[in-house]
Amino acid sequence: MTHNAIIDSVMTDEKDMAMNIYDLYHRMESNKVVLSFKGDVTSELMSSILQIIEQRMDSMNEAPKLRKKVYNVLVECLQNLYHHIDEVPVGSGKTGFDRSAIFMVSLSNNGYSITTGNYILTSRKNSFRDRLDRINSLDPNDLKELYKEVLSSDSRSNKGGGGLGMIDIARKTGKKLNYDFAPLNEEYSFFSLNINVEDNN
Amino acid sequence: MDSIFIEGTPKTPNINFDNGKGALLLKGRSIPENSIEFYKPLVDWLEAYSNAPQPKTVCDIQLEYFNTSSSKCLLDLFKKMENMSKNGNEIIINWYYEEDDEDMLEAGEDYQSIINVPFKMIEMQD
Repeated sequence: MTHNAIIDSVMTDEKDMAMNIYDLYHRMESNKVVLSFKGDVTSELMSSILQIIEQRMDSMNEAPKLRKKVYNVLVECLQNLYHHIDEVPVGSGKTGFDRSAIFMVSLSNNGYSITTGNYILTSRKNSFRDRLDRINSLDPNDLKELYKEVLSSDSRSNKGGGGLGMIDIARKTGKKLNYDFAPLNEEYSFFSLNINVEDNN
Repeated sequence: MDSIFIEGTPKTPNINFDNGKGALLLKGRSIPENSIEFYKPLVDWLEAYSNAPQPKTVCDIQLEYFNTSSSKCLLDLFKKMENMSKNGNEIIINWYYEEDDEDMLEAGEDYQSIINVPFKMIEMQD
C-alpha cells in the first residue's frame, strides 16, 4: 500500500466511525431516547439509572402521578433484569458467561416508554410466555385478584418477589405487556419487553 | 427487648419500632433488591414483641414507593399484627398515601382486604 493509500483508508475509517456514531446518535435522537444502557445490571447501576430518570422527570416538571408510575415500573423492570437474566456463554476463545442486558427509556406521546432485552433459556420460555399471556388476558379486576392471590400465597422466590413484578407492571400501566421472543439457537432466546407508562390512565 | 431504629437509605425505609410506646413506623422508600434480608430482623422483632405487646400498638406505614419484593415482606409484618389482634391486643395500621396517589391507596386496600386488622387510609396533603 502506498503512503497515500494508507492515509486514504485511515481517513475513510475515521469518516465511517463518525458517520456510524452520528447515525446511532440520530436514531436515538429521533426515538427521543432519554437513557440507554447495555451491559451487566448491577445494584449500583440501578441506583444511578433511577436517580438520573428521577432528576430528568423533575426537571421536566412531570405530574407527580406519572412520575410515581414511571418510577415504580422502572424499579420492577430493572429488578427483573437483575434477578432473572439467564447467563449465556461468551463467544469462542473466551471463557465465562455474559449477563448483559439492554435497557432503554424514551419519551412517548403521553409519557415514557421503557424497553428491556435479555437472554433467556429456551427451556424457560414457554412457561414464562404462558404467565405473560395469562396476565394479558385479565381485566383490571381480575388482575387485582391475581395480585392478591400471588401476594398471599406462600410461594416466593429466594429474592422475595415471587412473580408479582409483571402483574404489578400490568396493573400500574393499565396496558397489556408488549413482549417478544427471538430464538437464537436451541438453548437461548432473546426476550424483549416494551412498556408504555402514560399520564392519562 | 430493645427498640429498633434504622436510618433510611435511597432503597430502604426509615424504621422506628418503639417497644415502650407500642409505635411502629416505616417511612420512605422500600425498593431493595433483597427485601427478605432487610425485613427478616423486623419480622423477628415483631414476633418477640407480640409475646408482651403494649395494650395498644399503632403501625404507621408512610411509604413513597415499594417494590413487589417488599410487598410480600410487608404482608409478613401485617400477619404478625393480625395474630396479635387475634390474641386480643388492640392494633391499628395507618396507611398513608400522598394526594392523588391512587396506586398507593389501592395497595393499602389490597392489604386491608387480606389482613384482619383495622386499617385507616390517610391522605397526606402537600
